[in-house]
Amino acid sequence: MDIALVYLLLIGFGVLVYVLLDGFSLGVGILSPLLKNSDNKAIAMKSLSHIWDSNQTWLVFGGVVLFVAFPVVYSFVLSNLYLPIILMLVALIFRGIAFEFRFKSDRSQGFWDLSFAFGSIIATFCQGIILGALVGDMSSTKTLADPVDWLTPFSITTGFALLSGYGLLGACWLVRKTEASLQVVAKKLAQKLLFIMLAFFAVVSIWMLIDQPAVAERWLNFPGSLALLPLPLLSLFFAYRLWFILRERTEPGLKPLAYAMGLFAAAFGGLVAGIFPYIIPGRLTIWEAIAPDKTVYFTLVGILIFIPVVIAYNIYAYRTFSGKTSMKDGY
Amino acid sequence: MFDLFATLPDTAMLSRMQFAFTISYHIIFPTITIGLSLYLAFMEGMWLKTKNLAYLQQVKFWMKPFAITFGMGVVSGVVLSYEFGTNFSKFSEIVGPVLSPLLAYEVLTAFFLEAGFLGIMLFGWNRVTPKVHFAATCIVALGTVSSSFWILAANSWMHTPAGYEIVNGQFQVTSWLEVIFNPSFPYRLAHMLLATFLSASLLFAGVNAYYLLKGTHKEFAKIGFSTAMFAILILAPVQILVGDFHGLNVAHHQPVKLAAMEGIWKTEKGAALRLFAIPDQENETNHFELSIPKAASFLITHDVDGEIAGLDQVEEKDRPQVAVVFTAFRIMLGLGGLMLLLGVAGAVARYKKRLFDFKPLLYLSVAMIPAGVIATLAGWYVVEVGRQPWLVQGLVRTADVVSPLPAETVAFTLGLFVIVYTSLFFTYIYFIRKLVLKGPPSLDEVQASLMNPALEDNDDLPATLNPAQVDIGYGQELSEYLQSKDKQGKDKQPQDKGEK
Repeated sequence: MDIALVYLLLIGFGVLVYVLLDGFSLGVGILSPLLKNSDNKAIAMKSLSHIWDSNQTWLVFGGVVLFVAFPVVYSFVLSNLYLPIILMLVALIFRGIAFEFRFKSDRSQGFWDLSFAFGSIIATFCQGIILGALVGDMSSTKTLADPVDWLTPFSITTGFALLSGYGLLGACWLVRKTEASLQVVAKKLAQKLLFIMLAFFAVVSIWMLIDQPAVAERWLNFPGSLALLPLPLLSLFFAYRLWFILRERTEPGLKPLAYAMGLFAAAFGGLVAGIFPYIIPGRLTIWEAIAPDKTVYFTLVGILIFIPVVIAYNIYAYRTFSGKTSMKDGY
Repeated sequence: MFDLFATLPDTAMLSRMQFAFTISYHIIFPTITIGLSLYLAFMEGMWLKTKNLAYLQQVKFWMKPFAITFGMGVVSGVVLSYEFGTNFSKFSEIVGPVLSPLLAYEVLTAFFLEAGFLGIMLFGWNRVTPKVHFAATCIVALGTVSSSFWILAANSWMHTPAGYEIVNGQFQVTSWLEVIFNPSFPYRLAHMLLATFLSASLLFAGVNAYYLLKGTHKEFAKIGFSTAMFAILILAPVQILVGDFHGLNVAHHQPVKLAAMEGIWKTEKGAALRLFAIPDQENETNHFELSIPKAASFLITHDVDGEIAGLDQVEEKDRPQVAVVFTAFRIMLGLGGLMLLLGVAGAVARYKKRLFDFKPLLYLSVAMIPAGVIATLAGWYVVEVGRQPWLVQGLVRTADVVSPLPAETVAFTLGLFVIVYTSLFFTYIYFIRKLVLKGPPSLDEVQASLMNPALEDNDDLPATLNPAQVDIGYGQELSEYLQSKDKQGKDKQPQDKGEK
């Protein structure tokens, strides 16, 4: 099989897993100011304290696999999107240390709650801007030397879109991990966020179709586009199921999170499908950017051996801490 | 350096400063956690083996500083994994094919491993059996060590590149074994791992000496202090020996760096060992020199009249900043000497049965808490600044491979990092201090948390959520397990730790 394609799939996998897992971690942070009372915030944060680190590791994984397979892309994207990336990293610092200090502080808990919330919000917004800058730049016939314009109306829109999306994932996580009144709050938030997110996703999709002939060509060119039709249909199905399950009074367990993640995955698939086979949209394809054989095969061995192991022990870790985070629980 | 505030340095210099600052900051935390994780695994293993609660008490106490330090390492480390690309884009592009797989293996075999089991290690006491918990602690320790394996392989390659060819201006690998086990790697790995063990040992010694001086938690402190002093006695001389081997390796592969370390400007036979000097880069000489005749030649060539190549072996533009390398080297050596002194003093005090009440030893231990970390940092400055102006020794110049960013942008982010990291550092110190002042949990509390594991970590929850009274999950199972092994525990009842 084509090694460039294999790596595109691996990076796609890494980014998607990151978005889904750290998406809900960041989402909880985004929503935490809305939880008002201090105990609720503590429970929300506590529900993440054992996993935020492993979730965030997928970001490092995605970055480093990109570095391995497409070093040109890694250096191009990171140096061109310098400020949003550095700001994201600094925001992630504030998010991460809040977990360490919040529960060891007496007087400064309020500050760490703020650090958690703002860190999550800014990191997410920066990620949205990075995404928007990358996929919004593709209609142009620029060369690699031209800088990427990262602060545009489009990238700001994707920034808000990602905020609402992560928020939805976070709310669904809280539905799973909390009970009683806090769960009711989480359900209500999830319902609102579902609509806000769908609206943003629709705006972004239509914007890309209008603005970018290459995307329109792929999506609107009958009958080739029929092959892509399952993606939006799947998104709508997941959204529909999610809406109903959030309105039921019974304990929904993991289902809302699963549907929200399905919705996200389908949207992500749609985005990649519109860009393929470009790795820097409009500038460089995966085959032009792939690293030397020795590098990619050596690393592939490690990935194929270790990623299944990583997934296995991550599942074990999640199961160890399954159940509700509440006053009945010591962790 | 003094016109730094008058005009902005160029992008290359600012990017170097930013990388130096962020990596210096980061390295503080792994230096502590690598050694600390092994210490925790050791103590937990001893507890499982002997069932002596004093060992568990050690684990419970050090787990919290470990958690904070580890968290600091994680958040500051993520920055680094992206900084190659953000600030040295051309470097990532041309050297990426050699270095990136090493970083990928670090993520696969270390970061995921640590992150995956850290949760169980920190919060899993009442959710897994003691043996599984011990396994988690060991795996975290294994992760920290394997992380240093890969990152030092990558770093060493930049000093002594091997196993590569250059095709169309891009590095390509010819042999992965040669890349990973490049000539300076074994020395650097051993030197750095010993440095982390020493740093952690100095931290234990200092904190426990503080308790001994204050007369609080005495029994707890004795175990820690005795173990740490024993470790320092062994580690300090071994480290000096390994450091010497490393130095000979530098002399062989990076003679310019060695000349800078020794402050030798002109190639000379029977070179003196400069104990103190202020190197003057412009006039290619040293001021206020204080030296031992012929000693440098003897140490490096093992011949009093051996020749050492000076900085004049290369052109001016190919020399590092001598003053930084020279001074940092002496700071490292001086602190190493003090560590040896501390180890020996500890042995003497132990022999005289005064290990726990010989005050000068205890004061010295407290004073030396940061010595390991400072020496490690100084060592890294010797190594990294000594390699300049090269990023890959002899092949890639730092100034040629920086990202084409506006100087103002890098100055802005550098300023941001300085502000954020500085305030974070003081916060870190504040919380570590708070944990140290609070002291270890009493043996009764440790016992109680065993009988009713839900007690564990209740001080991490708001008072209204205190789970102290609730027994869940493994509580029963664990109690039985322990009672079957620990007869003393039989008549103790679960105790409420009380509200804070």
